[in-house]
Amino acid sequence: MKRYDLIIVGAGPAGLSAAVEAARRGLAVVVFDENEKPGGQLFKQIHKFFGSKEHRAKIRGFNIGAQLLDEADKAGVEVRLNATVIGLYQDKEIVVKTGEKICHYKGDAVLIATGAAENMVTFPGWTLPGVIGAGAAQTMMNLHGVRPGKRVLMLGSGNVGLVVSFQLLQCGCEVVALVDAAPRVGGYGVHASKVARTGVPFYLSHTIVAAEGEECVTGVTIAEVDSNFAFITGTEKHFDVDTICLAVGLSPMSQLLKMAGCQMEDNPKRGGQTPICDALGMTSVAGIFAAGDVSGIEEASSAMIEGRMAGIAVAHYLGYMDLQERDRELSALNGALDGLRQGMFAPKNRGQVIEKTEEGIAVSASLLKKGFVADDEIERFPGVTHRTGVHPVIECTQNIPCNPCQDTCPKRCISIGSNITSLPIAVADADCINCGMCVASCSGQAIFLVDEDCGDGTATVTIPYEFLPLPAEGTMGVALGRDGKRVCEAAVVSVKSAKAYDKTHLLTMRVPKAFAMKARFFRCEEA
Amino acid sequence: MNTVNDRSRELAPFVPSPDDDMLICRCEEITKGEIRKAVHEGMWTMTEIRRYLRTGMGLCQGQTCAKLVKAIVARELGVSPAELEPATSRAPMRPIEMRIFANEANEAKEGQDDE
Repeated sequence: MKRYDLIIVGAGPAGLSAAVEAARRGLAVVVFDENEKPGGQLFKQIHKFFGSKEHRAKIRGFNIGAQLLDEADKAGVEVRLNATVIGLYQDKEIVVKTGEKICHYKGDAVLIATGAAENMVTFPGWTLPGVIGAGAAQTMMNLHGVRPGKRVLMLGSGNVGLVVSFQLLQCGCEVVALVDAAPRVGGYGVHASKVARTGVPFYLSHTIVAAEGEECVTGVTIAEVDSNFAFITGTEKHFDVDTICLAVGLSPMSQLLKMAGCQMEDNPKRGGQTPICDALGMTSVAGIFAAGDVSGIEEASSAMIEGRMAGIAVAHYLGYMDLQERDRELSALNGALDGLRQGMFAPKNRGQVIEKTEEGIAVSASLLKKGFVADDEIERFPGVTHRTGVHPVIECTQNIPCNPCQDTCPKRCISIGSNITSLPIAVADADCINCGMCVASCSGQAIFLVDEDCGDGTATVTIPYEFLPLPAEGTMGVALGRDGKRVCEAAVVSVKSAKAYDKTHLLTMRVPKAFAMKARFFRCEEA
Repeated sequence: MNTVNDRSRELAPFVPSPDDDMLICRCEEITKGEIRKAVHEGMWTMTEIRRYLRTGMGLCQGQTCAKLVKAIVARELGVSPAELEPATSRAPMRPIEMRIFANEANEAKEGQDDE
């Protein structure tokens, strides 16, 4: 039986981050993961992350995964893949199945970072092939390069449902509807908006009545629900689909902790069975720690910080670090974690209806109900201003912890200030040089460069564009509004791709000037 | 006080429901009706349900249905799912072939790990 200072179960964002911190301080660390590839969900996440620099904001998830693996490698972490931990026993002994072998290992400390599993909902036909989890869809698309289906209905408007819907569109699926039983969109408004503007209809207060098909899904019926989630007769809507994607939440995979005798609680706010941990992630069993989604569902950015905190806590617990050093390191990380837990979507605000932004501006009702900010609402936000020449229009209308736009503009045209959740402001006297960095840096794809009057009756609108193939210059098509509906004809003026844009292409289209503040997406089709 | 296991409590009689034939545990093919009936037959804890019906004992080890079964049992008992104690967690945590599980003995014999 081999002994390690620290055994980590799960090579996702939390596990790898903890491993790096602990190994850098001299601990012998091994990470076991049952999957064939490390990184947990990170390598499936192709969108740019939110946050600030310390949270690795505006970097795409899979690139963050690669950074973490590289750091783990340099720190001397041993990562064992295809290694399934089947038990956690007394005295921090684990049993691992690798191939056909069963091996025992002992850790002076054990960190459980096993993440979460997807929830399911039942409806007639839910066991038909073609009903899949959003995570499964992501795995198919982003790890294996397989398109999950042709016509998809997404159930769930949380960030997972929204982000995966966008990815489905990117890989060439038609998303026929985004459905949620809740009365309001659950995820970030900017994620909803980038899906809505491509023409995907949102059905809030709706859920699935039944999936149809004999051998596999061939259709689905949804209907509106009342405030008690009972179907309202006569509101049924039918869609021909071959895939139904479920994004209805996650549950912590905390069974190993329960088996080890850690004190657990059923906490709906954390997503289910979670260990009771102290501020450093230590469970009720001395030396057993938990970090990431297994200790409460959040997202990868906070899982990475929690992991780092746990790695440092273990280093101190095993005597590799004195208390002062530990507390110094932890206070910085606490600050970073606190930053992520601010704003409208902070854990403390879960389930609450927020009517005004921190700035006192009424939030967009249309955004919460239909997935896009209505044309008559957008003007009240501080990122949306009018001036001569090209200028950024920042359609960021909710207080979320994210600020790359403010740092990326070389001319300081965008200001958020020191409060990371403040709405970005278009600075009045700054001179935009049309470099496009803001458009590409916005993880929410909410910044547009607009020249409202080119002098010839037209306007130009530069949009972030992440679809292939890229339309050629001169292509004629239609401009879609925030609601995804056709507003006018549009011609592609240019498509810019630069390394600094990190695969967000900047598509500039020319539209009649009356539509400068309406046209927000481009579709190549006969005008 | 936790009233979940107050066995002197009278449950309302079992009323068949149109969706009773819906599969809940797909690995073991257990329907919603079977789970609901089991509650009325006296299976009030997740462990009892699991032993009685084998819900969550199949290939996915309850990864898909555990929460669903819990919700059905809780509703039948008229309590919140959070009040129901989850079923015991025990090794092997993941499905494993017995011939591999038995390899554990070989490790002890060889007196070395997998290097």
